[in-house]
Amino acid sequence: MSKRKLGRGVAVAGYGMSKFGVLPGLDCRDMFVDAFKDLVNSVDKGLDPKDVEANYVGCCGAWNWEAQAGIAKWCTDWANLVPIPSTTIDNACASASVAIRNGIIGIASGLYDVVLAGGVEKMTTLPTEGTTLVLATGADKTWECYAGYTFPGLYATMATAHMNEYGTTPEDLMAVAIKNHNNGAINPVAQMPNTITQIMEQRQARAREKGKPVPGWVTEMDFLHDDQYNPMVAWPLRLFDCCPITDGAACVLLVAEDIAKNFTDTPIYVTGTGQASGRALHSRDTLTSIPASQIAAKQAYEMAGVGPADIKIAEVHDCFTIAEVMAISDLGFFKPGKDAATAAAEGKTARDGIKPINTSGGLKCKGHPVGASGAGMIGEVFHQMRGEAGARQVPNMDVNLAMTHNVGAHGTTVVVQIYERR
Amino acid sequence: MSDMPFTATSFDKLCGEKKLMATRCKDCGKVELPPRPICTGCNSQNIEWTELNGKGKIVSFTVIGVGPWTMISEGYDRNNPYCSGIVEVEEGPRISTQIMGVDVANPENIKVGTPVTADFVERGSFSLVPEVANVRKTYLVFKAS
Ligand SMILES: [Zn+2]
Repeated sequence: MSKRKLGRGVAVAGYGMSKFGVLPGLDCRDMFVDAFKDLVNSVDKGLDPKDVEANYVGCCGAWNWEAQAGIAKWCTDWANLVPIPSTTIDNACASASVAIRNGIIGIASGLYDVVLAGGVEKMTTLPTEGTTLVLATGADKTWECYAGYTFPGLYATMATAHMNEYGTTPEDLMAVAIKNHNNGAINPVAQMPNTITQIMEQRQARAREKGKPVPGWVTEMDFLHDDQYNPMVAWPLRLFDCCPITDGAACVLLVAEDIAKNFTDTPIYVTGTGQASGRALHSRDTLTSIPASQIAAKQAYEMAGVGPADIKIAEVHDCFTIAEVMAISDLGFFKPGKDAATAAAEGKTARDGIKPINTSGGLKCKGHPVGASGAGMIGEVFHQMRGEAGARQVPNMDVNLAMTHNVGAHGTTVVVQIYERR
Repeated sequence: MSDMPFTATSFDKLCGEKKLMATRCKDCGKVELPPRPICTGCNSQNIEWTELNGKGKIVSFTVIGVGPWTMISEGYDRNNPYCSGIVEVEEGPRISTQIMGVDVANPENIKVGTPVTADFVERGSFSLVPEVANVRKTYLVFKAS
């Protein structure tokens, strides 16, 4: 295949998000409007909403969680952008990235100059059993859900395979959660803005207040091994191996490269984009990597003309701890197996490590409103590349090249994008 | 059987007759489970049904406490978890399946490579709509042998 390029350059000129968390009383359109208002305020030189020509909205389950189909139209309406075209995109947890990629393609084609793209998800309306069922529909309903599989169960099956093939340990995975909590703890927009140590201290204080026996954990690993406080969800994955259930919306302003400076002096340019599909888990040759991640990454690297060593930071899909381990090898940052599995424990993926991964706290702490998460990832690299990440700003590094990696379901869709600040 | 379409509905019906059927490409011989209408080996549309011997081995697995309603309605919960996994059948392909007869209380004792044999169980359907979820059908499962 020839190395494809975008027909013309595209830049990200603004980013906005609603709160991420449990947001009673806010429907998808309400959260989207919050994200849109935040986006308008983020554009350094201002945005006239009348200049927005199309709206692409990723959303995975509003038809069920909120009983609303075609959510993009209502987001467009409530943002007062009617009659521009609205497109709802469902690619499970990669929905926002696919929406944004389609916005990029829309500008690259020459059809539009200014596009709004992002996603929204309302997940907390159902009891746990209902949400478990809706999330499972992101997998193959006919052949995986049939087998009793849940979403955590599919990633747990990959974790079991990783442990069996490479000797990966539960502690390797726990180290990923600890690292992402360390980042999330200093992210003011994170759903879980706490280190594991802070969570331990809260639980101990609560037990003391109630006159109950105070758990005697000393280290974060003690807490993470506690079956009562960190129960198994799908063996070998425990609660703190899993991201939370989140309501939220996020969106980006995409503009043609030649007019980007009309919006901001520091746009970030999309230099590579890749997207691939994958089969059900049982129909893949490997259970210890996600083939669609590797293919999407190859497309993005070739388009951008860079390699894994050039990427300064990446927001990768860590819906479960094992997902981050697979991502950092699939993207070429670490060797598959032990090298990737021990990267977090060895500090290599920390903010001050050789390859900072998920400086936002990742889906684990920032939250995972599934249809919106891909846009949230771009938010973090947008802020890091512009030096606006505050306490999270990676030290001693000019973040001029960054990546986002967004996985739909358990690898049935993957979008990888590379951004450059010039 | 030769005129049954290569669909999940046909597969379910065959499971109801206690037959584990896969598809086979008449051009390159590739056996597919789950059954498929187009060969993933050579793109051929020249497909036939073939019966499997029901023997396989565990490739990977998990043990689940909070399952979908199809499993909850069978009495599975945190105190009564179940094993789901991927089984490779002797004829080659792999399928997702519930794996019975393994030590779900001690998942660390369940070993990749354990031989299993096909069996069939009845339970409700995977649906968000109760009327559909209550329709019972036959499921393929595997049992540690
Ligand atoms: Zn064939």
